[in-house]
Amino acid sequence: MTVLAPEREATERLQRVAARRRTRGVVVGTGLALVTLAVVVVNLSVGDMPIPFRDVLATLVGRGDETSTLVLVEFRLPRLVLGALVGVAFGLAGGLFQSVLHNPLASPDIIGVTQGASVGAVGALLWLGVGGVAVAGGALLGAAVAAVLNVVLAWRGGVSGHRFVLCGIGLAFVASSVLGYLLTRSDVRNAQDALVWLSGSVAGATWEGNARLAVALAVLVPVALLLSSRLRMLGLGDDTARALGVPVTRTRLTALALGTALAAVATAAAGPVAFVALASAPIARRLVGDGRIALVPTALVGVAVVTASDVAAQHALPGLDVPVGLVTGLVGGGYLIWLLTSSRPLTGGNR
Amino acid sequence: MSAPAVAVPAVRRVPTRLAGLLVLAGVLVAVCAASLAWGARDLAPGTVWDALVAPVAGNNDHAVVRELRVPRTVVGLLAGVALGVAGALMQGLTRNPIADPGLLGVNAGSSLAVVGAISLLGVGSAAGFVWFAFLGAAVAALTVYGVASVGWGSVTPVKLALVGAAFAAVATSAVTLVLLTDEKALAQYRFWQVGSLVNRPWSTIAVLAPFVLAGLLLAAGTGRFLNAVALGDDLAHGLGQNVVLGRLVVLAAVVLLCGAATSLAGPIAFVGLMVPHVARAVVGPDHRWVLPYAALLGPVVLLVADVVGRLVAQPSEIEAGLVVAVLGAPVLIALVRGTKAVGS
Repeated sequence: MTVLAPEREATERLQRVAARRRTRGVVVGTGLALVTLAVVVVNLSVGDMPIPFRDVLATLVGRGDETSTLVLVEFRLPRLVLGALVGVAFGLAGGLFQSVLHNPLASPDIIGVTQGASVGAVGALLWLGVGGVAVAGGALLGAAVAAVLNVVLAWRGGVSGHRFVLCGIGLAFVASSVLGYLLTRSDVRNAQDALVWLSGSVAGATWEGNARLAVALAVLVPVALLLSSRLRMLGLGDDTARALGVPVTRTRLTALALGTALAAVATAAAGPVAFVALASAPIARRLVGDGRIALVPTALVGVAVVTASDVAAQHALPGLDVPVGLVTGLVGGGYLIWLLTSSRPLTGGNR
Repeated sequence: MSAPAVAVPAVRRVPTRLAGLLVLAGVLVAVCAASLAWGARDLAPGTVWDALVAPVAGNNDHAVVRELRVPRTVVGLLAGVALGVAGALMQGLTRNPIADPGLLGVNAGSSLAVVGAISLLGVGSAAGFVWFAFLGAAVAALTVYGVASVGWGSVTPVKLALVGAAFAAVATSAVTLVLLTDEKALAQYRFWQVGSLVNRPWSTIAVLAPFVLAGLLLAAGTGRFLNAVALGDDLAHGLGQNVVLGRLVVLAAVVLLCGAATSLAGPIAFVGLMVPHVARAVVGPDHRWVLPYAALLGPVVLLVADVVGRLVAQPSEIEAGLVVAVLGAPVLIALVRGTKAVGS
């Protein structure tokens, strides 16, 4: 069969568009990687004890002096790694939620996962008076309960995005009320401790915690990336996706479960770091200039936002180590506003 | 994003809907009566009546009714009406069923102003917070709308929602930053923040009531506009609506209503989220009916929450803002589960 000339021309044009898109994706990806690298350098060398970058490199390959090794390996590196891991997890979680639910406001912050985790963690802090791993466990448990309840309540022979989001918001409000009750009925000093956790902080990073989070992400992230082509088809609408052979309900459920799990493990590790989940995907989409979901850039934006914010969090106010979640709210929020007012509109799907 | 999808009831005639409105008004009166009579000290209906029409000086029961419960009920009425209507307006305007009155950044703006007032100026009472809350709400809404209208294209609902969310994140971060460094501010703010109807003096109520009334008057004429906008901006324009002007009127109403409600009762967003859903489930998507139903449902929900909060934790009580979500969320979820629309 011969291909007709106009058709071939159209195909070629499509290929050119696709190529341009790929190029832009690569450029953006490289740019984000460079930003992150710069952040890494600043993050590792600046601090109460400045370490020149050459010494940082020497220390990392095991040839530094004892103090630099201690400062880097015990304090700065784990914090940096936690920030990066949390950025990936929250960024992907938000991207998955927004893509599957076709709603730019959907994110684990809004549909109850974060609030469930917060109740679990703050409950552990205030009621049981425990800390550390138990708080992380409480957060994980709370997030899981919220997510399972959400699916159960929204289930009616399938999960529609609309129903899932609204049930989630209902649950989120209940959880916030419980949280408000806990915070108003406790000693103000404990309430302030809880507030630190609730702001999201990477200051208490440890290698053990990072390892747990990394293992979880090593399982979850590849699955999310494998899912992305199906999610793009889902962005065309349920019926079209079904016609293209995508198992709609299963894909949606898998994506929601993944997003929830990512948000839950990240929250357990660092607390609910604000706004990364909500903002990463829209920022990535604007940078890539593509209306479709782009998971890799989204994850990179998450990393860049969290690690850069943590630099600011550590050094912006002298003598005060601000929880990173406050800076991500300020920086991410400000950046999203700037993007929205300065760039052209979103094209295509996920609106 | 589709328009708020609700279970579309069979076509209902105007008399049925009017009758429903009357029934709802009756329920509201009953709830108000309960709010006057029940609490840490339960009073007989006769006593309440006497306290209202022929108070005896020195009678403790009468004093409780007149000085505590009447202002509290009035605050619940005003805030409830305002939040219910503001929620319906917001969801209609943004065509997003998860929009709530806080979406314009109103609650976050109020919170920031109140925290600033506590921490920097040492303001220490609910009555003192009022003006800061109102100012913060107005500044926030204007900022969000202004920012959303800068740059490419017009103010689309999506842009408004995202800018609102971004503004809320920025303001909330600033609030938390202050609270983390100022323990005294946290001690006061955490109680304002959950939302409550108590301890609002008459002077405050009298000042804020006109704002609620003005907001309601503005909102009253917007039903037809919201119906047109539900079909999309282009179609609304084609139907002869001035979309830009209509949007401004709706937003002005939301700022007045939501600002007044937040000043009166603290940031209680849930009423504004849930009430329009209930209203739509009852009367369908016609905003000319949704708005009055929301206006009556709002205070019913808020006052029921307040009364329940007094009764469950006697002799202490739980703030209405906390109870309302716990009571309302199951209703919202049940409604959403009953939805026939499958779209997303």
